[in-house]
Amino acid sequence: MATQHSRSAARIMMAPAVVLLLGWMLIPLTMTLYFSFKKYLPLRGGDLGWVGFDNYVRFVSSSAFWPSVQTTLVIVGGVLLITVVLGVLLAILLDQPLWGQGIVRILVIAPFFVMPTVSALVWKNMFMDPVNGLFAHLWKFFGAQPVEWLSDAPLFSIILIVSWQWLPFATLILLTAIQSLDSEQLEASEMDGAPPLARFGFIILPHLSRAITIVVLIQTIFLLAVFAEIFVTTQGSFGTRTLTYLIFQRVLESQNVGLGSAGGVYAIILANIVAIFLMRIVGKNLDS
Amino acid sequence: MARAVTNRRKALNTLIAWSIGLLIFFPILWTILTSFKTEAQAINDPPLFLFFDWTLENYAVVQERSDYMRFLWNSVIIAGGSTVMGIIIAVPAAWSMAFVPSKRTKDILLWMLSTKMLPAVGVLYPIYLLFIELGLLDTRVGLTIVLMLINLPIIVWMLYTYFKEIPGEILEAARMDGAALKEEILYILTPMAVPGIASTLLLNIILAWNEAFWTLNLTAAKAAPLTAFIASYSSPEGLFYAKLSAASTMAIAPILILGWFSQKQLVRGLTFGAVK
Amino acid sequence: MAFHTRALLGACAVAALCAPATAETLTIATVNNGDMIRMQGLTQDFTDKTGHTVEWVTLEENVLRQRVTQDIAAKGGQFDIMTIGMYETPIWGKQDWLVALDDLPDSYDTDDILPAMRGGLSVDGTLYAAPFYGESSMIMYRTDLMEKAGLEMPDAPTWEFVADAARKMTDKDNEIYGICLRGKAGWGENMAFLTATGNSFGARWFDEDWKPQFDTPQWKETLSFYIDLLNEAGPPGASTNGFNENLSLFQQGKCGMWIDATVAASFVTNPDDSTVADKVGFALAPDTGLGKRGNWLWAWALAIPAGTQKEAAAKQFIEWATSKEYLDLVASREGWANVPPGTRTSLYENPEYAKIPFAKMTLDSINSADPTNPTVDPVPYIGVQFVAIPEFAGIATQVGQEFSAALAGQQTVDEALAKAQTLTAEEMEAAGY
Repeated sequence: MATQHSRSAARIMMAPAVVLLLGWMLIPLTMTLYFSFKKYLPLRGGDLGWVGFDNYVRFVSSSAFWPSVQTTLVIVGGVLLITVVLGVLLAILLDQPLWGQGIVRILVIAPFFVMPTVSALVWKNMFMDPVNGLFAHLWKFFGAQPVEWLSDAPLFSIILIVSWQWLPFATLILLTAIQSLDSEQLEASEMDGAPPLARFGFIILPHLSRAITIVVLIQTIFLLAVFAEIFVTTQGSFGTRTLTYLIFQRVLESQNVGLGSAGGVYAIILANIVAIFLMRIVGKNLDS
Repeated sequence: MARAVTNRRKALNTLIAWSIGLLIFFPILWTILTSFKTEAQAINDPPLFLFFDWTLENYAVVQERSDYMRFLWNSVIIAGGSTVMGIIIAVPAAWSMAFVPSKRTKDILLWMLSTKMLPAVGVLYPIYLLFIELGLLDTRVGLTIVLMLINLPIIVWMLYTYFKEIPGEILEAARMDGAALKEEILYILTPMAVPGIASTLLLNIILAWNEAFWTLNLTAAKAAPLTAFIASYSSPEGLFYAKLSAASTMAIAPILILGWFSQKQLVRGLTFGAVK
Repeated sequence: MAFHTRALLGACAVAALCAPATAETLTIATVNNGDMIRMQGLTQDFTDKTGHTVEWVTLEENVLRQRVTQDIAAKGGQFDIMTIGMYETPIWGKQDWLVALDDLPDSYDTDDILPAMRGGLSVDGTLYAAPFYGESSMIMYRTDLMEKAGLEMPDAPTWEFVADAARKMTDKDNEIYGICLRGKAGWGENMAFLTATGNSFGARWFDEDWKPQFDTPQWKETLSFYIDLLNEAGPPGASTNGFNENLSLFQQGKCGMWIDATVAASFVTNPDDSTVADKVGFALAPDTGLGKRGNWLWAWALAIPAGTQKEAAAKQFIEWATSKEYLDLVASREGWANVPPGTRTSLYENPEYAKIPFAKMTLDSINSADPTNPTVDPVPYIGVQFVAIPEFAGIATQVGQEFSAALAGQQTVDEALAKAQTLTAEEMEAAGY
């Protein structure tokens, strides 16, 4: 179907998007690479000369590096697990006949519209505060000692906040996928007397695999960059310092642009490892 | 008999779904409620749910302190502008990927997504220097461009998946009729893709509206959107839950309302090609 | 509109401050503290006097620091005036990043600024930022609870007394905690308190060769004392409490004592916000008899970044906002208790202001802090609760996170100190010491 003519037309039409993104990738990347080989301390006069791979060595050998990689993976993995599992269950529930479906759907997707800063502020102050938070009141009501969420269970708290924000997204995509499931197929299996669990395992879940992959891919891209939630709640204390946050501390708090840039290059590498891993799966799934 | 069972099941489903829905929505509801309390009522022990003296005082104080409309307007322009600009650039690209696929199409698509993996904090300094050079700091144009670039991959991908679902025969028929490329896109594809474009638009407005790193770091007074507005209310001296809630409500209300009105559209269109 | 402009010009001709230059629009970055919010509300007075208008960029403290530091380091030129602290001023002033404020008119009376504040905001005798408000730290305590515990607070207590009193005042069943202290990680949060407290225990950040000192017994004593005290007599969640959280706890009547910024005194004695407004007493920060008290010295000050196009107008604003007349203006509108404290000698000589219960203790606290000689043993740095080197903010925030984790019980005092020592040494090496 594609002629030579339409091929070249296609190329021209793709050009603006490709060129813009290429620029958006290459210009900062080149500058980051440039800075990463420099001793660059804005507060000490700026450019202090080339230092080879010093920044790279220093960034990885710092005692904070590996824990931050681990924290990043725990947060991304935790949120993915929660949003996908709950998302599937919620999507199935919302697909059932029920009264006021539209309103329930609105209630469920609402958190997605809330800016991360606001949701972090609300959770931190009005729910997780150990004295004035609602959770503290609830715990006291049942005679329990209020939990100090952000210091006793900091990672869990952040995963909870981020999951709350992303659960609607997962639910929405999974819901659209479920709705496209052939209802005749389901009814036939019901007739055959297949128990609900089997129906879920053999029909629904395989049908959702593609949607799940996409949820995982898109969310991972956003979750690797989680920042506001940590900045507002723990500021990286209690083992919640992700790689992104560590770079933030190097560049902005310590004003060590060289070291931070080297960290940025590592973050790009980590992101790409995750990306290649994911895209292998997605690529396969997209073909089907 | 069968009917009764269905109804009972429906009632049970309704009960469960509503409980979960309210639970998920509760933090937002609580914020809105708190914004109508006085500061003392906001931290009352036990917490007050509905029976307190409703007041608009917090909104008045917040409005007096910061000119809400100015921030709102910036948010509208930046989020809307970047999305529209992104769609204009993405439609042709997505079209050609969907209808004139080559061996590299998928690679290009995945490469585009991978540009989103650039950690913002890592490249802030270079971008800041670049913005100084170009005189783009604290301008809506600068911010619009950055947000457009950030969301462009997502826009391209979403549009690509919608376009791919449009049957090729329709296009061939149009070509037989002698439709030019431009007409093909304008009169045939675009109308068919309207639901897809609409949900792409919505999703990206939401993403741009809530973007809090670049919008905060590249603006000062003139182009500051609502994310900067909220940054002047977090952790003041003393805990002002009611004022924080009022400011939060003001920051999220426009997008929440937009989202609610268009949720059907969003639900129908948000597939990312997940449906096959 | 035309009429309005003429009216402004008329006002301009009368006002002594007014320069012949055209009306400018100043962009001012500031922190969202109560005194600054009040200043924003009074901006019209400045506009009436000079014809210049102001656009405010009000941000939460952490975001503000990040924004202004980024902007001045990259020479972004986003702001005509920045609100900065006693930590940034000497570092930036030395780099010539700030406009020197050495040509302010006589009517401004630079000599009236408290010597401690002037010293902390100057480099080699040249003023680089004008203090908007200044503070030290002191003990705020509940007179009723102190009485109930059968104790009497001296004006200058020791840590031993404070610890004993805190334990006696604690009544956890009724949610009364003997002492509230900062535990939230950050160089301006828990590390401000701990560094100042360390001074009173004989600890220091660096020896004269810039070697980190966290492996010394003095730091171990400081940190153990602090953690034990908060565990026994502190509120829940102490490791995430900063200034704001403690202020709110104190106002709700849940703290027996609170050692923090002197500016908090006006909040805890304000009956609109505080349930314990009439039961608050004040005392100097404690010591251990080594000759140094655990109080800090800080000022939020207004500075002009070098390279601004609107230097003249910016100077006019600083003259207005940090003048004696501004203090009178606030006093006439909102009462003397709401005047920005801690900047001018004349304020403390004013008999009206002397009636404020915390005025004298604030001044005494400020006068007892010495940034140039902060510790028991000699140090190569300036600063009471900070070390005035560019790397400090980054290092201290990370050290603060280790100490905060120790307070939360996630690691021992020894582990926290060992990590602090390692990371400080790493960062200092990276900076080239």
